[in-house]
Amino acid sequence: MSRWILVGVLWLAGASAAFAIDQEIAFSDPSMNTRYLSLIREIRCPKCLNESIADSDAPVAADLRREVRRLMGDGKSDDDIKDFLSARYGDFVLYRPRVSETTWALWAGPFVFLVIGGIVFWRIVRSRLGQPLDDEESAA
Amino acid sequence: MWRYARYAIPVAIFVAIGGFFYRGLGLNPNDVPSALVGKPMPKFSLPTVTDPDATITSDALQGKVALVNVWGTWCIECRHEHGFLVQLAQAGVPIYGLNLRDDRASAMSWLAQLGNPYVTSGFDPKGVAAVDWGVTGAPETFLIGRDGNVIFKHISPMTPQVWRHDFLPLVEEQCRAGGCEFLAAAGGR
Repeated sequence: MSRWILVGVLWLAGASAAFAIDQEIAFSDPSMNTRYLSLIREIRCPKCLNESIADSDAPVAADLRREVRRLMGDGKSDDDIKDFLSARYGDFVLYRPRVSETTWALWAGPFVFLVIGGIVFWRIVRSRLGQPLDDEESAA
Repeated sequence: MWRYARYAIPVAIFVAIGGFFYRGLGLNPNDVPSALVGKPMPKFSLPTVTDPDATITSDALQGKVALVNVWGTWCIECRHEHGFLVQLAQAGVPIYGLNLRDDRASAMSWLAQLGNPYVTSGFDPKGVAAVDWGVTGAPETFLIGRDGNVIFKHISPMTPQVWRHDFLPLVEEQCRAGGCEFLAAAGGR
């Protein structure tokens, strides 16, 4: 029982986020609504730069939310909707940019640095392996 | 000599990152590259501002070198650029308006008061065509080429400097085949 109350409270918490920006729940189907709310968090407002269209009250963000609702209502997938928006506003509007010739460095960068860090770490450890312990440690 | 080389590594990293930051300081974060440049202009069909029964479609722009200017009476910077748009129109530059999120009465009195530089203005109170055009706000000005492609997009007011520096060279290129009677009057060659 208490679990269902918790579920209800969490669901309402999500719904109140929708209320905050658009005054009404986008979809009566909760799973569609959840999908909608997570999708608009992944789309960047092209006018206000550091806000998603879920957070921004700029007119263009409201228009894009309306387009997302319309496309979802037409049964389009998340990928279709992202294609639609990036064809008009560029990769810029996707908070999770796709891998392309301009973004591969962005995606590969962290792994490159991880490998470099790993090599440095390994070399330091290896160079110290042969050394005797220093005075303090050998005294203990 | 090589013993000290590794001390140069952090300095090099610092210089590289500093270089990126320094470059970033000079960039305008509102300069969002348009996804439409080099692509065919989006199709649209809208009622006009001055006559709800008349329609303006993208076909009207096909085959012309023309400007598409996004405006609205709520937009302060549109008022700032309006005088220069009127001058361009007087020189003969075809400017098509996209009136965004406005009401018809205000838009009509704006045009009556400040002059109407537009061949026609499409009326888009909900911003439906604006989304297809990747419009983020107003004012924005697109240059449409003879082949119907979007050649250039400028966000923020059109000024004589922007026209001379950013638009004219592209307009001249588009007009090489002739047919731009306005070119000389608008400052071009």
